[in-house]
Amino acid sequence: MTTSISETFATLKSENRMAFMPFITAGDPDLATTVDVLKELSRQGVDLIEVGFPYSDPIADGPVIQESYTRALNNGFHVHDLFEALKELSADESVDLPALVGMVSYAIIFRYGAERFLKEAADAGFSGLIVPDLPGDEAGEFVELTKAAQLDLVQLVSPLTPEDRTKRIVQSASGFIYCIAVAGTTGVRDELPAELTAHLESLRSLTDLPLAVGFGISKPEHVDTLRGKADGFIIGSAIVKQFAAFSDPDQTREDVIASIGKYAGEMAAATKG
Amino acid sequence: MTTSLSNVPDASGRFGEFGRRFVPETLMHALEELTQEYEKAKQDPSFQAELDDLLKHYVGRPNPLYFAERLTEHCGGGKIYFKREDLNHTGAHKINNTMGQALLTMRMGKKRVIAETGAGQHGVASAVACARFGLECIVYMGEEDIRRQKLNVFNMKMMGAEVRGVSSGSKTLRDAVNEAMRDWMSSVETTHYIIGSVIGPHPFPMMVRDFQSVIGKEAREQCLAQTGKLPDQVIACVGGGSNSAGMFYPFIDDEGVKLTGVEAGGRGPEPGEHASTLSYGAKGVLHGSFGYVLQDDDGQTMDVHSISAGLDYPGVGPEHSYWKDSGRVNYTAITDDEALEGFQTMARLEGIIPAIESSHAIAYAVKAARQASPDETIVVCLSGRGDKDVNEVARLLGRDI
Ligand SMILES: Cc1ncc(COP(=O)(O)O)c(C=O)c1O
Repeated sequence: MTTSISETFATLKSENRMAFMPFITAGDPDLATTVDVLKELSRQGVDLIEVGFPYSDPIADGPVIQESYTRALNNGFHVHDLFEALKELSADESVDLPALVGMVSYAIIFRYGAERFLKEAADAGFSGLIVPDLPGDEAGEFVELTKAAQLDLVQLVSPLTPEDRTKRIVQSASGFIYCIAVAGTTGVRDELPAELTAHLESLRSLTDLPLAVGFGISKPEHVDTLRGKADGFIIGSAIVKQFAAFSDPDQTREDVIASIGKYAGEMAAATKG
Repeated sequence: MTTSLSNVPDASGRFGEFGRRFVPETLMHALEELTQEYEKAKQDPSFQAELDDLLKHYVGRPNPLYFAERLTEHCGGGKIYFKREDLNHTGAHKINNTMGQALLTMRMGKKRVIAETGAGQHGVASAVACARFGLECIVYMGEEDIRRQKLNVFNMKMMGAEVRGVSSGSKTLRDAVNEAMRDWMSSVETTHYIIGSVIGPHPFPMMVRDFQSVIGKEAREQCLAQTGKLPDQVIACVGGGSNSAGMFYPFIDDEGVKLTGVEAGGRGPEPGEHASTLSYGAKGVLHGSFGYVLQDDDGQTMDVHSISAGLDYPGVGPEHSYWKDSGRVNYTAITDDEALEGFQTMARLEGIIPAIESSHAIAYAVKAARQASPDETIVVCLSGRGDKDVNEVARLLGRDI
């Protein structure tokens, strides 16, 4: 049984804690490793996991995630193989897998066939999807399809989104709102922008959905800044950059997985403050 | 009720089912602003007057519609005319668009411009427009294209643009577009992205088509004046599709005029060997819009090949996708070898060194003219001149310069 996104956030709220959601690229460097990393992240007590579908032409992603996509695609990543691997993992009772959120380009979904994609994603154990290149206005029909497939469709709001757009966007969103911390692409930043707090406050007045912040986050200090203002945070590049070490002949696969787990464990601990 | 094919896109940027905006939320507001600003500019007579003045005194428009007598004789059929975009300042059609978009950049109060380029013609045209108006200019260009198009890289730098090499993916046009989009994601408040073709999210495909339509409008009038009738056929090469869209659009409602877009057939029809999106692609999403894309079953964009850096693109403008499905425009492909031959034929018979992109249209026109009767007229968009290509052509022909 997979947990739903809203259940996860509700539980965390009752524990007065933020959700930590690491991002990994599926198939980097191969699907067997993806499965082992998912198990390790589950053991470290992360609250949700964002699984990125490698895409050949990402425009919202910075170099770290793009390189990771390239590694996965060069190793022959296929959407269907990922779904098969996850289906098996979700059925494994020895693993306490948190809610999985797919991050996937609309280019992939459309080509695969939206209904087929949604069905296979739900069967594979996904609770929701983030489709970064399908902005609220374009999502119309797809919102209905995701509902029918009992998946959440998470919407993104950027610091440049004006209030009237935000109001429209949050109406069609479910699961949580993905608050982009900085106008730009994914990638680690030293500091979170000062305006972020005000942005979160204004969002809070527009929706009851949980607010999760992503883009640029990498350190426990960042998490402290968000406490009490956001319901969760997403870390991508700071984790994904560690996957490059799988091709380092001086490190064993187990060591790399353990070090990814250690970092995730530290960030998970930071949510407890 | 039949709606005119020219009455697109709608307010959300749809050409039938094609077009729209598939971009990260961070860019949405800027696209809405750009759409509004462009609509306002279009209705502002002073904007059009300023653009017309620049096109006349700076770009050198109207350029001629030239009857290619010797090439016509060589083919022994229809009469071939060339719309001479190669005679524009900077030697290609790209400058029609960059002049318009540079004026818009200033209307929006932005001081920084980014652009992507394949063959370098759009990069040069952007650098020129920025130099002319004192805007900062950054051009993204794939490393492979930097190698193929050294002359244009030098020219851009001379005009004060910064050329940023892109080493991801296939190191060509598509990767340059990705990189420019990424820059725009973090700079959109201060920067305008001058997209170089009728691709990308709404309003770009519409706006670039409008700016390039000056080609077809002039050609239409010139044809009527010089031959007393509309052309029987109009031919243009298609990379992203801007010179062809500009050429075709003013003829779209003239049902008797046959329109043909010529894509890069590369080394042949196998995947990865060509860039013939409309011949071999499937519907999908690339670079912010919905249209035909060369992609695999998972929606991953495929590698493409063409002898010409300007046609080496796995997508195509949404309006072309619309024209293809409506059957209004016929799309075909010309191989690398045929284009090289078209290049040489044109040089020898007409004393014009064409761009290798345009050589695709020329090679097809030669075939079409042979099939046509002498009372038929064929108008070809000579989208650019070939100075930038001579090194590459010499290399391919095994000659020294
Ligand atoms: C001379 C010339 N023709 C054609 C093209 C292809 O672009 P489009 O298909 O947008 O006209 C280019 C692009 O660089 C070019 O330089």
